[in-house]
Amino acid sequence: MKPLLSIEGLTVELSTRDRTFEAVSDLTFGVSRNEVLALVGESGSGKSMTAMAIMRLLPEPVAEIASGRIMFDGIDLASAGEASLRGIRGNRIGLIFQEPMTSLNPSIRVGPQVAEVLRLHKGLDADAARHRVEELFEQVRIPDPRRRYDDYPHQMSGGMRQRVVIALALACDPDVLIADEPTTALDVTTQAQILETFRDLQASVGAATILITHDLAVVAETADRVAVMYAGRIVEETTTERLFAAPRHPYTHGLLGSIPHVAEAGARERLPEIEGTVPALWALPPGCAFAPRCPRAGERCATERPPLADIEPGHRAACWYPVEAAA
Amino acid sequence: MTGLLAVEGISKRFTVSRGIGGGTATVHAVDDVSFSIAAGETLGLVGESGCGKSTVGKMIVRLLEPDEGRIRLDGADVTHASYRAMRPLRRKVQMIFQDPNGSLDPRQRAGDIVEEPLIVHGLGNAAERRRRVADLFARVGLRPDQMGNVPSKFSGGQRQRLAIARALALQPSLIVADEPVSALDVSIQAQVVNLMADIQKEFGLAYLFVAHDLGVVQHISDRVAVMYLGRIVEIGGTAAVYHRPSHPYTRTLMEAVPRPDPARRHSRVRVPRGEVPSPLDPPPGCTFHPRCPIATDICRRERPLLRRVASGAQAACHHAE
Repeated sequence: MKPLLSIEGLTVELSTRDRTFEAVSDLTFGVSRNEVLALVGESGSGKSMTAMAIMRLLPEPVAEIASGRIMFDGIDLASAGEASLRGIRGNRIGLIFQEPMTSLNPSIRVGPQVAEVLRLHKGLDADAARHRVEELFEQVRIPDPRRRYDDYPHQMSGGMRQRVVIALALACDPDVLIADEPTTALDVTTQAQILETFRDLQASVGAATILITHDLAVVAETADRVAVMYAGRIVEETTTERLFAAPRHPYTHGLLGSIPHVAEAGARERLPEIEGTVPALWALPPGCAFAPRCPRAGERCATERPPLADIEPGHRAACWYPVEAAA
Repeated sequence: MTGLLAVEGISKRFTVSRGIGGGTATVHAVDDVSFSIAAGETLGLVGESGCGKSTVGKMIVRLLEPDEGRIRLDGADVTHASYRAMRPLRRKVQMIFQDPNGSLDPRQRAGDIVEEPLIVHGLGNAAERRRRVADLFARVGLRPDQMGNVPSKFSGGQRQRLAIARALALQPSLIVADEPVSALDVSIQAQVVNLMADIQKEFGLAYLFVAHDLGVVQHISDRVAVMYLGRIVEIGGTAAVYHRPSHPYTRTLMEAVPRPDPARRHSRVRVPRGEVPSPLDPPPGCTFHPRCPIATDICRRERPLLRRVASGAQAACHHAE
């Protein structure tokens, strides 16, 4: 299937007073209709920067797209003008942020905030917009949507606010949905509720979805495909089933091994560790960025960067010495 | 089993403003909580935000005073010990916080941060203290040349190592750790969890490990207590609480935790009902009853007390078996 959104060689540069460096380097991936792609990584991996670049919401000129294309429906978002971006953002591409108060205006009642988007992008009149918002609130399972319409954001719980943000993102039936850590600020029972709503609505709207998260368990329960990022690059990409069954990049392998799960058996062995720390983006080694922490690294890894290449059909990894595929 | 720490029916109330013209209201942040921790043991304390778990931790290190109940350390009642009387007790109980940035003086050099408790308690001369600091640095995996650095020169994981070194300086018997790894990157969490397990074995430390991450708590804890709206609803051995949860809230919590297993995506996970009620206005009887799938009349009327159940744990549920 042809991807609806395709990112081709995207590089984002950050400039601070002291230096300029790449926060996202030569990123290439696509996401198709009806598909959830997870971008997973730790802080500084470039995952959120990628989302901001796609939406053209980078804090310019501190962060700028240095090269690459972001193709959506024949338009290159990387070079599109502000006028055409305004017609796409929040309309054909919906956004869900980690902290609902990033998206909501604290001084406006939640219903009218969502209605405003519908009037702006869909040209609905006041009555039609209100009616549609109540429908949306019902879809995202806000109890008693009519009464909640007139709540201010602060009168709602964190979980309810995040439901409003999901309603906002879905209001215009977007083709693409970008969710940046949508449940990270929530408690575990609320997270389970929001993830269920998110999955159901994503499936019914059929939007091509990019889910950005640091939580591999959330990925396992939500995504169809996963791209693992490390120090600004994708180091591994494949289907969710494949990634969890047989991770090939030593970083992914180490990460999956080091998380204590609520496991079936209660064995208390020592947790496998990934040694060292995430390198600073402005002081990356010339070869593979993970090499200094990698138990499998050889001489080549220190000097030559491994390209992201197919190591089996539908499974890409950037590693000279990938972990053997499990039987 | 000798009790190192015994907490007996502690409660903590806060007065909060209801907003303009609304007057004030009382929140029972912690309501009649009891547990004990033996020497060398880890008790995990879990629950969702606002359940009172951090308030319990703060009362044990006496950052907050309980309104009711007693806290005994090595048999001595320390509930209302004066500041002066607390000093020898502070050597026994130390705390590690979630955000080492908030608990480490940004202008102090790392070596001085670890040395400070030794000076405060008048332990050793300058040379002995320096040797002790060097030992502690080595023990938590920091390099001696890092002693002259200020905290901002350290990564998040290294700062938490520094906080652990400071906590260890006085050779405490109990460390209260409040979300010690939740601010760290995933690849760094395992390092800090392993370090905490290692020093526990080496020094015979006991932990009260307060966290919302059920996987980490399961990994490190001998016993686990689950809190809901200020009360302990279940407490028992880790295996019993995790694999044979007796309280419906514990079951809800365990079921809701996402697992790194893609097969679960296609099976229908039971999703919890409703939301945590406002602690300003908790439901009568069992505070979990509005969300509970098995609640009956008695649950709406009578507050269930902790009692021994079949799994060997204690649960506060009228219907637990």
